Amino acid sequence: MSARRWLTLEGVGATMVASLFVIAIFAPLLAPHDPTRAVAPTFGDPGAPSLAFPMGTDELGRDVLSRIIYGARISLTVGVAAMAVTMTIGVAIGLCSGFFGGATDFLLMRFTDVMLSLPALLLAMALVAVLRPSLFTILLVIGLVSWTQIARVVRAETLTMSKRDFVLGARALGAPSGQLIARHILPNVLPIIIVMAALGTSGTLLLDAALSFLGLGVPPPTPSWGRMIEEATIYFRTAPWLATFPGLAIFYAVLGFNLLGYGFLRRRSQ
Amino acid sequence: MLGYLARRIVFGAAVLVGTSLITFVIAFVVPADPAVALAGAKADPQTLASIRREMGLDRPLYVQYARYFNRAIHGDLGRSYIRRENVTQLIADRLPATAVLAAAAMALSLMLGIAMGAIAAAYRGRAIDNALLIFSLAMVSLPVFWLGTMLLIAVALLIRSFPLGGYSGAESLILPALTLALGSAGYYSRVLHTSLIEALDQDYVRTARGKGLSNSRVMLRHAMANALLPLVTLAGLDLAGLLSGVVLTETVFNWPGIGRLASEAIFNLDIPLIMGTVLFSAFLIVLINLLVDLLYAWLDPRIRLADAE
Repeated sequence: MSARRWLTLEGVGATMVASLFVIAIFAPLLAPHDPTRAVAPTFGDPGAPSLAFPMGTDELGRDVLSRIIYGARISLTVGVAAMAVTMTIGVAIGLCSGFFGGATDFLLMRFTDVMLSLPALLLAMALVAVLRPSLFTILLVIGLVSWTQIARVVRAETLTMSKRDFVLGARALGAPSGQLIARHILPNVLPIIIVMAALGTSGTLLLDAALSFLGLGVPPPTPSWGRMIEEATIYFRTAPWLATFPGLAIFYAVLGFNLLGYGFLRRRSQ
Repeated sequence: MLGYLARRIVFGAAVLVGTSLITFVIAFVVPADPAVALAGAKADPQTLASIRREMGLDRPLYVQYARYFNRAIHGDLGRSYIRRENVTQLIADRLPATAVLAAAAMALSLMLGIAMGAIAAAYRGRAIDNALLIFSLAMVSLPVFWLGTMLLIAVALLIRSFPLGGYSGAESLILPALTLALGSAGYYSRVLHTSLIEALDQDYVRTARGKGLSNSRVMLRHAMANALLPLVTLAGLDLAGLLSGVVLTETVFNWPGIGRLASEAIFNLDIPLIMGTVLFSAFLIVLINLLVDLLYAWLDPRIRLADAE
């Protein structure tokens, strides 16, 4: 395959996402130091980037590069798992709304409108604070506040599919609703679901990073990119690298998923 | 138009009832006892019982909700547990700072987004179109709080005497507004790009070209006039996202607005203030979307006619 065929939005996005997974899976092999131990001689003060510590060390003498490499694990876990929760809720609501129509559709879509009028971050913050931060709460809460867009898209797609001849034919032959959805509608809605999952993961990654930054993420000492930035804000004059590198990591991850999703979306519409 | 107006208002009111139910549910998930929060941990059982009775906490949930709802529509959002002040007053005090920030960010993101979208569509398929596409995807991928921190670092290193936080006149608005605007600008530019490309394929654009009008005239007078409409609705819908960004931006820049009020309330588990700020944000979003819908229907008669069918 020529290089030009790979140089598409989705090609670059897929490569970026794949590299993240590799970093997360092989973190113990790739990280030069233990991410939770003081390894720098400059304990008490952040250490500037050097040959031994390319991204510097933090105020506790921990290696920033190793923390970022290990941070990929928690960020990807939360991003992808929260996306799975989001998709489950969004796809279920979208499918039911589009397939059954009538009162079901009306009620589910009005509920979606209500959720769309609440600022997602505020709602997520309130829920996490009330339920206490833990990996499980964070996944659940991100899922609960992020499904609206997916429900709307899946509903629209299901509506068009329900009116296609092959669905009408299967229905005329007496196929029950469950079978119609599982056998005929879902497989045809799947492509848009996959695109939305890629785009949505960028959203869950950003939301998770924001919650971590606000101190509502997965509790320490697990290294998390969002919390690394929060801890670095007081050193923004004396040690700017502390906030810079974890942010670049978040940016890289979010951009990768956005390129992947947007690339597929654009190819689909062509 | 009147029928359309009435339907939109009823719809908005229904959404508000829904959001009030959700905020009410949040308050009841909280493990903290409001009576203890008010009277302190050392209060004796009798005091607690009398506070519960006074606040109606011993009544059935639906009665409590009805009371809460009735007070809320009369503008009474209760008293903050921590600050011991009226929630409505606290929100009113912080509203101007947030309104200035949100309006500046909205204006900035629309200007940037429209410029980028228009340039990309005008140079469709060329290198500059692709560059702007990647640039706008990068803008929507930036974490708001990190962008804010990076701007702070850059300005602190480059300009010694620049306001780095707080609310002190026009200069202090620049960094927070820019932080908040960039993400939305990337999003708007993509949407405008799509609708401009669609508009450019329409017959009236071909007619305008056939008349011998210049490229820029066709673009600005004909295509843009129609392509801008969807952006108006989108900007209204994006307000919920903007308010989420406000929370982070206000935290980074120490901006004395509703976003910081809300996050303080959340960290203190100050239930009336949490419910109040969430409900008020939802109210703002519903109100502005209602105005946007009306503006849209006024600008484009097809909307209100299609809705009446």
